[in-house]
Amino acid sequence: MTKANTEPLVLGIESSCDETGIGIVRGSTLLTNTVASSMEEHVRFGGVIPEIASRAHLDAFVPALKQALDEAGVTLEEVDAIAVTAGPGLAGALMVGVSAAKALAVATGKPLYGINHLVAHVGVGLLDDCGIEGHTADFLDGLPREGLGALLVSGGHTEILAVRDITGDVELLGATLDDAAGEAYDKVARLLGLPYPGGPAIDQAAREGDGSVFAFPRGLSTRKFMGTVEEPGPHRYDFSFSGLKTAVARVVEGFEARGEEVPVADVAASFQEAVVDVITEKAMLACIERGIKTLLLGGGVAANSRLRELTAQRCAEHGIKLVIPQLSLCTDNGAMVAALGARLLTEGRQPSGIDFTADSSLPVTTISV
Amino acid sequence: MLFLALDSSATASVALGRIEGGQLTLLAHRATTDTRSHAEVMSPFVADVMAEAGVNGHDLDAVLTGTGPGPFTGLRAGIVTARALAVAWDLPLYGMMSLTALAEAAHAVAREAGQQRFLVVSDARRREVYSALYELTETGYSLVQGPTVGPASQTPTLPAYGIGTSLYPQDFDAQPGFESLQPEASHLLRAAARLGASALSTDTSALYLRESDAKVPAARKKAGS
Repeated sequence: MTKANTEPLVLGIESSCDETGIGIVRGSTLLTNTVASSMEEHVRFGGVIPEIASRAHLDAFVPALKQALDEAGVTLEEVDAIAVTAGPGLAGALMVGVSAAKALAVATGKPLYGINHLVAHVGVGLLDDCGIEGHTADFLDGLPREGLGALLVSGGHTEILAVRDITGDVELLGATLDDAAGEAYDKVARLLGLPYPGGPAIDQAAREGDGSVFAFPRGLSTRKFMGTVEEPGPHRYDFSFSGLKTAVARVVEGFEARGEEVPVADVAASFQEAVVDVITEKAMLACIERGIKTLLLGGGVAANSRLRELTAQRCAEHGIKLVIPQLSLCTDNGAMVAALGARLLTEGRQPSGIDFTADSSLPVTTISV
Repeated sequence: MLFLALDSSATASVALGRIEGGQLTLLAHRATTDTRSHAEVMSPFVADVMAEAGVNGHDLDAVLTGTGPGPFTGLRAGIVTARALAVAWDLPLYGMMSLTALAEAAHAVAREAGQQRFLVVSDARRREVYSALYELTETGYSLVQGPTVGPASQTPTLPAYGIGTSLYPQDFDAQPGFESLQPEASHLLRAAARLGASALSTDTSALYLRESDAKVPAARKKAGS
């Protein structure tokens, strides 16, 4: 038998935020990655509205499923297992994907895996040719067995993970205590009169600006929070962006109160520098102190040019291999869910059954429910 | 014709039945009494009723889903389950307004009581009800008005059936024996039998009746202006 026929065919479903994603993989080969986004519907609100996202999932699901099956050239009967994001994410949004996945499992009699969204972001590293030029995951077996970490930065997440075994042992090293980095981008973009989503808008504006003009705070970076290697503080690898957002607001308001024009490009660049600096600084610290030799950068903010640049630079300085998946695999998608599902199936992990609950705050230690 | 029906507009329910000559033979059904576990129970209920009746997906002729009105998250769980089943089994999919289930359960009693028009009412939460007004016809009943959502006090004064009447007893002429009746899949099946498959709607759009609560943010007020 050829390799293609012995590897499991897995359908992955993602609906934790504003993207309805259906991915189909055969082992480590990506067959299709269909994504329907409701992002446009959230623009006028300046952020994702959970109810609007959930309504969009309901109507996008069947068309996305049909498109994915068509693109992959497979039928539901041929699928070996179904995987779905069980959490973390928006509760109402998760329940659409989970309900649909359960129905497909009942209809086809195939095993169903309810899996962790954050671990799935790392799971894209299991796919062949997942990485961008210069940052590929050219491992023999998809992911390295030791020393793997992940830095996930998006509109909903800012986390550092240690991945000792992607199907069995993942540890949360650090996370944001308040806003996710992408959320801070959205809020600051609004302050600066830039469009939603804020990430690309600020990235663009910052190119014309000087990031050293304003000294914005790096959250949780003082000794009180950081501690030392021997005696780590309570938030050594954690993030906070709410203070940064307030600091930007003060600066903007200062210019406005004086009747001066806000130097949008410089504020954008300085804000971006503060975000990217603190994220990469803490990620490097975690890598060095926790023996992480390979770091996977994931989440929608991985598209940010400055985050990529500084992460690459600092990883190179510390001899850490950096993997950056293609953007379509960084943002929320079903392929990552399918990829992790395929690995769970291959390793003989127990399926989740059909009576589990979607968990909006599923801990990263729960890789499949 | 072998029909599988689902409704998640209030409680969660699944029913399997054979429709022949306008008559329903109910083969199996499941329903919750609570209104907050739809995403967990819908598919297990489907598996249960199929197993109990000893049929598989390829024996079915159609899937029918209640389309609400109902609280948003639960409503979606049922509709997306029905849609996914219909795709997987390659079956025709029909949608029916969920309050039809209450009308189906109530109309014979209304006829006996000489009520030409009657109201059916379910719980819309937030101190409001979903309601619809029906009129008896020669062979059954037809929808005159609704479905609508609003305060119980603003519904027409008519004999009323359904769980909504017991939540706001002062606002309804509640008919005895129906105070705890929820829309249920088995009653949707009975309504489908009365109508016949050719008269069923293929529209399964969710009847939310309310917009999301999100407000477009006001323009930011500039300091000093």
